[in-house]
Amino acid sequence: MAAAESYPDDLKYHEEHDWARVEGDEAVLGITWFAADALGELVHFEPPEVGATVTKDQSYGEVESVKAVSDVIAPLSGEVLEVNEQVVGAPETVNEDPYGNGWLLRIRLADPGETDALLDAGAYRELLASQ
Amino acid sequence: MSATLLHTPLHRRHVELGARMVPFAGWEMPVQYEGVIPEHRAVRTDAGVFDVSHMGELEVEGPRARHLLQGALSNDLDRLEPGQAQYTLLTNESGGIIDDLIVYRVGDCSYLLVVNASNRANAYAWLKERELPGSDVRDVSDDCALLAVQGPRAIERLGLPPANAFTFAESSVDGVEVMVNRTGYTGEDGCELLCMSEDAVRLWDAVLERGAVPCGLGARDTLRLEVCYPLHGNDIGPDTDAISAGLGWACALDKEFEGVDVLRRVKADGPNRRLVAFVMEEKAIPRQGMPIEGGGEVTSGSHSPMLELGIGLGYVPAAQAQPETELTIDVRGRPRRARVVKKPIYKRED
Repeated sequence: MAAAESYPDDLKYHEEHDWARVEGDEAVLGITWFAADALGELVHFEPPEVGATVTKDQSYGEVESVKAVSDVIAPLSGEVLEVNEQVVGAPETVNEDPYGNGWLLRIRLADPGETDALLDAGAYRELLASQ
Repeated sequence: MSATLLHTPLHRRHVELGARMVPFAGWEMPVQYEGVIPEHRAVRTDAGVFDVSHMGELEVEGPRARHLLQGALSNDLDRLEPGQAQYTLLTNESGGIIDDLIVYRVGDCSYLLVVNASNRANAYAWLKERELPGSDVRDVSDDCALLAVQGPRAIERLGLPPANAFTFAESSVDGVEVMVNRTGYTGEDGCELLCMSEDAVRLWDAVLERGAVPCGLGARDTLRLEVCYPLHGNDIGPDTDAISAGLGWACALDKEFEGVDVLRRVKADGPNRRLVAFVMEEKAIPRQGMPIEGGGEVTSGSHSPMLELGIGLGYVPAAQAQPETELTIDVRGRPRRARVVKKPIYKRED
Protein backbone atom coordinates (compact mmCIF):
# COMPACT_ATOMS: atom_id res chain seq x y z
CA MET A 1 0.00 0.00 0.00
CA ALA A 2 1.25 3.46 -0.89
CA ALA A 3 1.96 5.65 2.12
CA ALA A 4 -0.21 8.67 3.02
CA GLU A 5 1.18 12.09 2.14
CA SER A 6 3.69 13.40 4.69
CA TYR A 7 6.85 15.53 4.97
CA PRO A 8 8.56 14.82 8.30
CA ASP A 9 9.90 17.81 10.22
CA ASP A 10 13.26 16.20 10.99
CA LEU A 11 14.31 16.08 7.32
CA LYS A 12 15.88 18.60 4.95
CA TYR A 13 14.38 18.94 1.47
CA HIS A 14 15.64 19.76 -2.00
CA GLU A 15 13.31 21.50 -4.45
CA GLU A 16 13.70 18.59 -6.89
CA HIS A 17 11.69 16.52 -4.39
CA ASP A 18 14.52 14.78 -2.58
CA TRP A 19 15.11 14.57 1.15
CA ALA A 20 18.18 14.21 3.39
CA ARG A 21 18.43 13.03 6.98
CA VAL A 22 21.69 14.49 8.27
CA GLU A 23 23.40 12.35 10.95
CA GLY A 24 26.74 13.89 11.96
CA ASP A 25 29.01 13.87 8.92
CA GLU A 26 26.77 11.40 7.09
CA ALA A 27 23.37 11.71 5.47
CA VAL A 28 20.66 9.34 4.30
CA LEU A 29 18.97 10.37 1.02
CA GLY A 30 15.66 9.55 -0.59
CA ILE A 31 12.79 10.96 -2.66
CA THR A 32 9.73 12.62 -1.18
CA TRP A 33 6.19 11.30 -1.05
CA PHE A 34 5.29 13.85 -3.73
CA ALA A 35 7.92 12.49 -6.13
CA ALA A 36 6.95 8.87 -5.51
CA ASP A 37 3.25 9.63 -5.95
CA ALA A 38 3.85 11.57 -9.16
CA LEU A 39 5.78 8.65 -10.65
CA GLY A 40 3.42 5.92 -9.48
CA GLU A 41 4.55 2.53 -8.24
CA LEU A 42 8.30 2.27 -8.69
CA VAL A 43 9.57 -0.77 -10.56
CA HIS A 44 13.27 0.06 -10.94
CA PHE A 45 16.04 1.90 -9.08
CA GLU A 46 19.33 2.38 -10.87
CA PRO A 47 21.75 3.30 -8.06
CA PRO A 48 25.31 4.65 -8.16
CA GLU A 49 28.11 2.37 -6.99
CA VAL A 50 29.34 2.37 -3.43
CA GLY A 51 32.41 4.59 -3.36
CA ALA A 52 31.13 6.86 -6.14
CA THR A 53 30.80 10.58 -5.57
CA VAL A 54 27.44 12.34 -5.74
CA THR A 55 27.25 16.08 -6.30
CA LYS A 56 24.60 18.41 -4.93
CA ASP A 57 21.97 19.38 -7.54
CA GLN A 58 23.15 16.69 -9.94
CA SER A 59 21.61 13.32 -10.84
CA TYR A 60 23.01 10.28 -9.04
CA GLY A 61 20.61 7.64 -10.31
CA GLU A 62 17.25 6.90 -11.86
CA VAL A 63 13.92 5.70 -10.59
CA GLU A 64 11.32 4.27 -12.94
CA SER A 65 7.64 3.46 -12.80
CA VAL A 66 5.81 1.52 -15.49
CA LYS A 67 5.25 4.72 -17.46
CA ALA A 68 8.06 7.09 -16.49
CA VAL A 69 11.75 7.49 -15.82
CA SER A 70 13.09 10.17 -13.48
CA ASP A 71 16.56 11.29 -12.50
CA VAL A 72 17.23 11.37 -8.78
CA ILE A 73 18.91 14.61 -7.75
CA ALA A 74 21.42 14.69 -4.91
CA PRO A 75 20.39 17.19 -2.23
CA LEU A 76 23.96 17.12 -0.85
CA SER A 77 27.45 16.17 -2.05
CA GLY A 78 29.49 13.25 -0.78
CA GLU A 79 30.78 9.72 -1.16
CA VAL A 80 28.35 6.82 -1.40
CA LEU A 81 28.74 4.60 1.67
CA GLU A 82 25.75 2.36 1.15
CA VAL A 83 22.96 1.67 -1.37
CA ASN A 84 19.63 0.43 -0.05
CA GLU A 85 19.53 -3.04 -1.58
CA GLN A 86 15.99 -3.54 -0.32
CA VAL A 87 14.86 -0.82 -2.75
CA VAL A 88 16.96 -2.29 -5.57
CA GLY A 89 15.17 -5.62 -5.05
CA ALA A 90 11.72 -4.19 -4.26
CA PRO A 91 11.48 -0.62 -5.60
CA GLU A 92 7.85 -0.29 -4.46
CA THR A 93 9.26 0.04 -0.94
CA VAL A 94 9.76 3.73 -1.80
CA ASN A 95 6.01 4.20 -2.34
CA GLU A 96 5.19 2.27 0.82
CA ASP A 97 7.64 4.00 3.15
CA PRO A 98 9.46 6.89 1.41
CA TYR A 99 11.23 8.20 4.54
CA GLY A 100 11.88 4.88 6.28
CA ASN A 101 12.61 1.58 4.51
CA GLY A 102 12.45 3.40 1.17
CA TRP A 103 15.67 5.37 1.67
CA LEU A 104 18.04 5.21 -1.32
CA LEU A 105 21.61 6.08 -0.29
CA ARG A 106 23.81 6.76 2.70
CA ILE A 107 26.64 9.21 1.96
CA ARG A 108 29.60 10.77 3.79
CA LEU A 109 29.13 14.51 3.46
CA ALA A 110 31.77 16.39 1.47
CA ASP A 111 30.68 19.75 2.90
CA PRO A 112 28.28 19.78 5.86
CA GLY A 113 27.75 23.50 5.19
CA GLU A 114 25.68 22.57 2.11
CA THR A 115 22.77 21.61 4.35
CA ASP A 116 22.12 25.30 4.98
CA ALA A 117 20.85 25.66 1.41
CA LEU A 118 18.15 23.01 1.85
CA LEU A 119 14.52 23.63 2.73
CA ASP A 120 12.90 22.68 5.99
CA ALA A 121 9.61 20.78 5.92
CA GLY A 122 7.52 23.94 6.16
CA ALA A 123 9.29 25.62 3.24
CA TYR A 124 9.03 22.44 1.16
CA ARG A 125 5.30 22.18 1.82
CA GLU A 126 4.95 25.80 0.70
CA LEU A 127 6.88 25.00 -2.46
CA LEU A 128 4.48 22.15 -3.23
CA ALA A 129 1.48 24.34 -2.53
CA SER A 130 2.77 26.96 -4.97
CA GLN A 131 3.24 24.50 -7.83
CA MET B 1 -4.77 22.14 -34.86
CA SER B 2 -6.84 22.96 -31.84
CA ALA B 3 -5.13 22.73 -28.49
CA THR B 4 -8.39 21.68 -26.85
CA LEU B 5 -8.42 18.03 -25.89
CA LEU B 6 -11.50 16.01 -26.71
CA HIS B 7 -13.50 14.35 -23.94
CA THR B 8 -15.29 11.02 -24.08
CA PRO B 9 -18.82 10.85 -22.60
CA LEU B 10 -17.20 9.32 -19.49
CA HIS B 11 -14.73 12.12 -18.80
CA ARG B 12 -16.53 13.32 -15.69
CA ARG B 13 -16.71 9.79 -14.32
CA HIS B 14 -12.93 9.40 -14.70
CA VAL B 15 -12.26 12.66 -12.89
CA GLU B 16 -14.69 11.71 -10.11
CA LEU B 17 -12.84 8.41 -9.67
CA GLY B 18 -9.57 10.30 -9.20
CA ALA B 19 -8.01 9.15 -12.47
CA ARG B 20 -4.79 10.70 -13.65
CA MET B 21 -5.76 12.29 -16.97
CA VAL B 22 -3.27 12.63 -19.83
CA PRO B 23 -3.39 13.78 -23.45
CA PHE B 24 -3.58 10.87 -25.89
CA ALA B 25 -4.14 11.23 -29.65
CA GLY B 26 -5.98 14.51 -29.12
CA TRP B 27 -8.10 13.19 -26.25
CA GLU B 28 -7.83 13.65 -22.51
CA MET B 29 -7.85 10.09 -21.25
CA PRO B 30 -7.31 8.27 -17.94
CA VAL B 31 -3.83 6.74 -17.77
CA GLN B 32 -4.50 5.19 -14.36
CA TYR B 33 -6.91 5.22 -11.42
CA GLU B 34 -5.53 3.15 -8.54
CA GLY B 35 -2.26 2.35 -10.30
CA VAL B 36 -1.07 0.59 -13.45
CA ILE B 37 0.05 -2.56 -11.66
CA PRO B 38 -3.11 -3.33 -9.64
CA GLU B 39 -5.24 -2.53 -12.71
CA HIS B 40 -3.11 -4.84 -14.85
CA ARG B 41 -3.45 -7.65 -12.30
CA ALA B 42 -7.23 -7.13 -12.08
CA VAL B 43 -7.51 -7.83 -15.81
CA ARG B 44 -5.26 -10.90 -15.61
CA THR B 45 -7.11 -12.39 -12.64
CA ASP B 46 -10.70 -11.07 -12.71
CA ALA B 47 -12.16 -8.24 -14.78
CA GLY B 48 -11.29 -4.68 -15.69
CA VAL B 49 -13.05 -2.02 -17.75
CA PHE B 50 -11.42 0.50 -20.06
CA ASP B 51 -13.06 3.52 -21.64
CA VAL B 52 -11.88 3.29 -25.24
CA SER B 53 -14.47 5.67 -26.61
CA HIS B 54 -11.67 7.68 -28.19
CA MET B 55 -11.35 4.95 -30.80
CA GLY B 56 -13.01 5.55 -34.14
CA GLU B 57 -15.97 3.73 -35.68
CA LEU B 58 -16.41 3.78 -39.44
CA GLU B 59 -19.43 2.29 -41.18
CA VAL B 60 -19.09 1.02 -44.71
CA GLU B 61 -22.34 0.06 -46.34
CA GLY B 62 -23.85 -0.68 -49.70
CA PRO B 63 -23.78 -3.33 -52.40
CA ARG B 64 -20.14 -2.53 -53.17
CA ALA B 65 -18.95 -2.17 -49.57
CA ARG B 66 -17.32 -5.58 -49.77
CA HIS B 67 -15.57 -4.66 -53.00
CA LEU B 68 -14.18 -1.43 -51.51
CA LEU B 69 -12.93 -3.08 -48.35
CA GLN B 70 -11.57 -6.22 -49.97
CA GLY B 71 -9.27 -3.99 -52.03
CA ALA B 72 -8.22 -1.82 -49.09
CA LEU B 73 -7.79 -4.30 -46.22
CA SER B 74 -5.11 -6.98 -46.00
CA ASN B 75 -7.09 -9.87 -44.55
CA ASP B 76 -9.60 -11.89 -46.58
CA LEU B 77 -12.99 -10.33 -45.96
CA ASP B 78 -14.73 -13.26 -47.62
CA ARG B 79 -13.89 -15.43 -44.65
CA LEU B 80 -16.34 -13.37 -42.59
CA GLU B 81 -19.98 -14.29 -42.10
CA PRO B 82 -22.38 -11.73 -40.66
CA GLY B 83 -21.77 -11.79 -36.88
CA GLN B 84 -18.03 -12.36 -37.23
CA ALA B 85 -15.06 -10.05 -36.83
CA GLN B 86 -11.47 -10.04 -38.08
CA TYR B 87 -8.16 -8.34 -37.30
CA THR B 88 -6.92 -6.68 -40.47
CA LEU B 89 -4.66 -3.91 -41.79
CA LEU B 90 -5.38 -0.86 -43.88
CA THR B 91 -2.33 -0.69 -46.12
CA ASN B 92 -0.82 1.96 -48.38
CA GLU B 93 0.70 1.51 -51.86
CA SER B 94 4.09 0.59 -50.43
CA GLY B 95 2.64 -2.06 -48.13
CA GLY B 96 2.92 0.21 -45.08
CA ILE B 97 0.27 0.13 -42.39
CA ILE B 98 -2.11 3.10 -42.27
CA ASP B 99 -3.93 1.47 -39.40
CA ASP B 100 -4.56 -1.90 -37.81
CA LEU B 101 -8.18 -2.46 -36.99
CA ILE B 102 -11.03 -4.87 -36.40
CA VAL B 103 -13.65 -5.20 -39.09
CA TYR B 104 -17.10 -6.49 -38.09
CA ARG B 105 -19.43 -7.88 -40.74
CA VAL B 106 -22.71 -6.48 -39.52
CA GLY B 107 -24.81 -7.65 -42.47
CA ASP B 108 -24.42 -8.91 -46.00
CA CYS B 109 -23.62 -5.42 -47.27
CA SER B 110 -22.67 -3.68 -44.07
CA TYR B 111 -19.37 -3.49 -42.16
CA LEU B 112 -18.13 -1.67 -39.08
CA LEU B 113 -14.46 -0.78 -38.70
CA VAL B 114 -13.07 0.07 -35.25
CA VAL B 115 -9.90 2.09 -35.83
CA ASN B 116 -7.25 3.66 -33.62
CA ALA B 117 -8.05 7.14 -32.31
CA SER B 118 -4.85 8.55 -33.78
CA ASN B 119 -5.67 7.15 -37.24
CA ARG B 120 -9.37 7.85 -37.37
CA ALA B 121 -9.07 10.83 -39.71
CA ASN B 122 -6.49 9.15 -41.97
CA ALA B 123 -8.40 5.89 -42.22
CA TYR B 124 -11.64 7.70 -42.97
CA ALA B 125 -10.03 9.94 -45.60
CA TRP B 126 -8.27 6.99 -47.23
CA LEU B 127 -11.50 5.01 -47.59
CA LYS B 128 -13.60 8.03 -48.53
CA GLU B 129 -11.24 8.79 -51.43
CA ARG B 130 -11.71 5.26 -52.72
CA GLU B 131 -15.47 5.20 -52.21
CA LEU B 132 -17.35 3.74 -55.16
CA PRO B 133 -20.93 4.25 -56.23
CA GLY B 134 -22.68 1.74 -53.98
CA SER B 135 -20.23 1.93 -51.08
CA ASP B 136 -20.92 4.54 -48.47
CA VAL B 137 -18.23 5.33 -45.87
CA ARG B 138 -19.36 7.19 -42.74
CA ASP B 139 -17.54 8.20 -39.60
CA VAL B 140 -19.96 7.45 -36.76
CA SER B 141 -17.40 7.75 -33.95
CA ASP B 142 -19.14 10.68 -32.26
CA ASP B 143 -22.34 8.69 -31.90
CA CYS B 144 -20.60 5.77 -30.22
CA ALA B 145 -18.95 4.92 -26.93
CA LEU B 146 -16.83 1.82 -26.47
CA LEU B 147 -16.02 0.03 -23.21
CA ALA B 148 -13.56 -2.85 -23.19
CA VAL B 149 -14.42 -5.29 -20.39
CA GLN B 150 -11.55 -7.72 -20.15
CA GLY B 151 -10.42 -10.55 -17.92
CA PRO B 152 -11.17 -14.20 -17.13
CA ARG B 153 -14.34 -13.24 -15.22
CA ALA B 154 -15.47 -10.39 -17.50
CA ILE B 155 -18.21 -12.29 -19.35
CA GLU B 156 -19.52 -13.94 -16.19
CA ARG B 157 -19.65 -10.61 -14.36
CA LEU B 158 -21.60 -9.05 -17.22
CA GLY B 159 -24.06 -11.95 -17.22
CA LEU B 160 -23.47 -12.59 -20.91
CA PRO B 161 -23.66 -15.98 -22.62
CA PRO B 162 -20.47 -17.68 -23.75
CA ALA B 163 -19.44 -17.01 -27.35
CA ASN B 164 -16.45 -17.58 -29.60
CA ALA B 165 -13.69 -15.01 -29.95
CA PHE B 166 -14.12 -12.68 -32.92
CA THR B 167 -17.90 -12.94 -32.95
CA PHE B 168 -20.42 -10.29 -31.92
CA ALA B 169 -24.09 -10.00 -31.09
CA GLU B 170 -26.68 -7.44 -30.12
CA SER B 171 -27.53 -7.70 -26.46
CA SER B 172 -28.11 -5.59 -23.37
CA VAL B 173 -26.34 -5.06 -20.07
CA ASP B 174 -28.62 -3.95 -17.25
CA GLY B 175 -31.05 -2.44 -19.72
CA VAL B 176 -28.49 -0.67 -21.92
CA GLU B 177 -28.51 -1.80 -25.53
CA VAL B 178 -25.05 -2.83 -26.63
CA MET B 179 -23.21 -4.58 -29.39
CA VAL B 180 -21.12 -7.22 -27.59
CA ASN B 181 -17.91 -7.76 -29.51
CA ARG B 182 -15.80 -10.70 -28.38
CA THR B 183 -12.59 -8.88 -29.09
CA GLY B 184 -9.98 -7.07 -27.04
CA TYR B 185 -6.41 -5.88 -26.66
CA THR B 186 -5.28 -7.60 -23.48
CA GLY B 187 -4.87 -11.30 -24.34
CA GLU B 188 -7.67 -12.16 -21.92
CA ASP B 189 -11.22 -13.35 -22.48
CA GLY B 190 -13.76 -10.55 -22.47
CA CYS B 191 -15.55 -8.22 -24.80
CA GLU B 192 -15.82 -4.72 -26.13
CA LEU B 193 -19.23 -3.14 -25.58
CA LEU B 194 -20.31 -0.62 -28.19
CA CYS B 195 -23.18 1.62 -27.17
CA MET B 196 -24.66 4.97 -28.08
CA SER B 197 -22.79 7.93 -26.58
CA GLU B 198 -25.80 9.00 -24.52
CA ASP B 199 -25.92 5.57 -22.86
CA ALA B 200 -22.22 5.48 -21.97
CA VAL B 201 -22.52 6.69 -18.39
CA ARG B 202 -25.31 4.23 -17.59
CA LEU B 203 -23.31 1.37 -19.09
CA TRP B 204 -20.09 2.38 -17.29
CA ASP B 205 -21.91 2.57 -13.95
CA ALA B 206 -23.51 -0.84 -14.54
CA VAL B 207 -20.20 -2.46 -15.44
CA LEU B 208 -18.52 -1.03 -12.34
CA GLU B 209 -21.48 -2.12 -10.22
CA ARG B 210 -20.88 -5.64 -11.55
CA GLY B 211 -17.38 -5.55 -10.13
CA ALA B 212 -15.10 -4.67 -13.05
CA VAL B 213 -12.13 -2.57 -11.94
CA PRO B 214 -11.68 0.74 -13.82
CA CYS B 215 -8.43 0.57 -15.79
CA GLY B 216 -6.51 3.24 -17.66
CA LEU B 217 -4.40 3.40 -20.77
CA GLY B 218 -1.29 2.57 -18.74
CA ALA B 219 -2.52 -0.93 -17.95
CA ARG B 220 -3.90 -1.29 -21.48
CA ASP B 221 -0.37 -0.75 -22.78
CA THR B 222 1.36 -3.20 -20.42
CA LEU B 223 -1.35 -5.82 -21.03
CA ARG B 224 -1.03 -5.65 -24.80
CA LEU B 225 2.76 -5.63 -24.60
CA GLU B 226 2.88 -8.81 -22.50
CA VAL B 227 0.92 -10.60 -25.23
CA CYS B 228 2.83 -8.83 -28.06
CA TYR B 229 -0.07 -7.08 -29.75
CA PRO B 230 1.56 -4.32 -31.80
CA LEU B 231 0.72 -0.70 -31.10
CA HIS B 232 0.28 1.44 -34.20
CA GLY B 233 2.63 4.42 -33.98
CA ASN B 234 5.15 2.40 -31.94
CA ASP B 235 5.63 -1.04 -33.47
CA ILE B 236 3.91 -0.59 -36.81
CA GLY B 237 3.14 2.38 -39.03
CA PRO B 238 3.00 3.71 -42.59
CA ASP B 239 6.72 2.95 -43.03
CA THR B 240 6.68 -0.61 -41.69
CA ASP B 241 5.34 -3.61 -43.55
CA ALA B 242 3.22 -6.40 -42.17
CA ILE B 243 5.65 -9.20 -43.03
CA SER B 244 8.56 -7.68 -41.09
CA ALA B 245 6.15 -6.94 -38.24
CA GLY B 246 5.10 -10.59 -38.02
CA LEU B 247 1.58 -9.81 -39.20
CA GLY B 248 1.72 -11.92 -42.35
CA TRP B 249 -1.05 -14.08 -40.85
CA ALA B 250 -3.39 -11.10 -41.29
CA CYS B 251 -2.49 -10.65 -44.98
CA ALA B 252 -4.19 -12.65 -47.71
CA LEU B 253 -1.37 -12.41 -50.25
CA ASP B 254 -3.42 -14.39 -52.78
CA LYS B 255 -5.87 -11.50 -53.21
CA GLU B 256 -5.34 -7.99 -54.58
CA PHE B 257 -5.15 -5.09 -52.13
CA GLU B 258 -3.15 -1.90 -51.79
CA GLY B 259 0.58 -2.63 -51.52
CA VAL B 260 0.22 -6.40 -51.90
CA ASP B 261 3.04 -6.57 -54.50
CA VAL B 262 5.49 -5.13 -52.00
CA LEU B 263 4.37 -7.56 -49.33
CA ARG B 264 4.70 -10.53 -51.70
CA ARG B 265 8.24 -9.44 -52.52
CA VAL B 266 9.22 -9.00 -48.85
CA LYS B 267 7.76 -12.41 -48.11
CA ALA B 268 9.60 -14.07 -51.03
CA ASP B 269 12.96 -12.43 -50.29
CA GLY B 270 12.61 -12.68 -46.53
CA PRO B 271 12.51 -9.45 -44.50
CA ASN B 272 15.78 -7.67 -43.69
CA ARG B 273 14.58 -6.99 -40.17
CA ARG B 274 11.91 -8.42 -37.96
CA LEU B 275 9.82 -7.26 -35.04
CA VAL B 276 10.80 -9.50 -32.13
CA ALA B 277 9.75 -9.84 -28.52
CA PHE B 278 12.42 -9.82 -25.85
CA VAL B 279 12.85 -9.99 -22.09
CA MET B 280 15.60 -8.31 -20.12
CA GLU B 281 18.24 -10.58 -18.63
CA GLU B 282 19.48 -7.79 -16.34
CA LYS B 283 17.61 -5.29 -14.20
CA ALA B 284 16.56 -2.54 -16.61
CA ILE B 285 13.43 -1.32 -18.34
CA PRO B 286 13.63 -0.95 -22.11
CA ARG B 287 11.88 2.06 -23.60
CA GLN B 288 10.77 3.08 -27.07
CA GLY B 289 13.66 4.41 -29.17
CA MET B 290 16.52 2.70 -27.34
CA PRO B 291 19.15 1.30 -29.75
CA ILE B 292 19.72 -2.45 -29.91
CA GLU B 293 23.31 -3.38 -30.67
CA GLY B 294 23.68 -4.54 -34.28
CA GLY B 295 21.34 -1.98 -35.81
CA GLY B 296 18.04 -2.66 -34.08
CA GLU B 297 15.71 -0.43 -32.08
CA VAL B 298 13.19 -0.86 -29.28
CA THR B 299 9.70 0.12 -30.47
CA SER B 300 7.82 -0.63 -27.22
CA GLY B 301 9.22 -1.33 -23.80
CA SER B 302 8.00 -1.43 -20.23
CA HIS B 303 7.95 -3.38 -17.01
CA SER B 304 5.88 -6.58 -17.10
CA PRO B 305 3.66 -6.64 -14.01
CA MET B 306 3.17 -10.42 -14.36
CA LEU B 307 6.78 -11.42 -15.00
CA GLU B 308 8.21 -8.54 -12.92
CA LEU B 309 10.97 -7.75 -15.39
CA GLY B 310 11.64 -5.48 -18.34
CA ILE B 311 10.05 -6.60 -21.63
CA GLY B 312 9.74 -5.13 -25.08
CA LEU B 313 9.25 -5.31 -28.79
CA GLY B 314 11.79 -4.09 -31.30
CA TYR B 315 13.09 -4.43 -34.82
CA VAL B 316 16.34 -6.34 -35.22
CA PRO B 317 18.24 -7.56 -38.30
CA ALA B 318 16.77 -10.90 -39.43
CA ALA B 319 19.92 -12.72 -38.29
CA GLN B 320 19.18 -11.68 -34.67
CA ALA B 321 15.51 -12.59 -34.76
CA GLN B 322 15.64 -16.23 -33.62
CA PRO B 323 14.30 -16.96 -30.13
CA GLU B 324 17.08 -17.26 -27.52
CA THR B 325 19.31 -14.80 -29.41
CA GLU B 326 21.13 -12.53 -26.95
CA LEU B 327 20.60 -8.81 -27.54
CA THR B 328 22.31 -5.81 -25.97
CA ILE B 329 20.13 -2.78 -25.38
CA ASP B 330 21.53 0.69 -24.82
CA VAL B 331 19.68 1.88 -21.71
CA ARG B 332 20.65 5.56 -21.58
CA GLY B 333 24.31 4.73 -22.14
CA ARG B 334 24.38 1.48 -20.14
CA PRO B 335 24.56 -1.78 -22.12
CA ARG B 336 21.98 -4.23 -20.75
CA ARG B 337 21.47 -7.84 -21.85
CA ALA B 338 18.17 -9.08 -23.24
CA ARG B 339 17.00 -12.29 -24.90
CA VAL B 340 14.67 -12.79 -27.87
CA VAL B 341 11.65 -14.88 -26.88
CA LYS B 342 8.73 -16.45 -28.74
CA LYS B 343 5.55 -14.38 -28.80
CA PRO B 344 3.57 -13.95 -26.63
CA ILE B 345 5.92 -12.96 -23.83
CA TYR B 346 3.29 -13.78 -21.22
CA LYS B 347 0.92 -16.73 -21.40
CA ARG B 348 -1.34 -17.82 -18.61
CA GLU B 349 -0.58 -21.21 -17.09
CA ASP B 350 -3.84 -23.12 -17.26
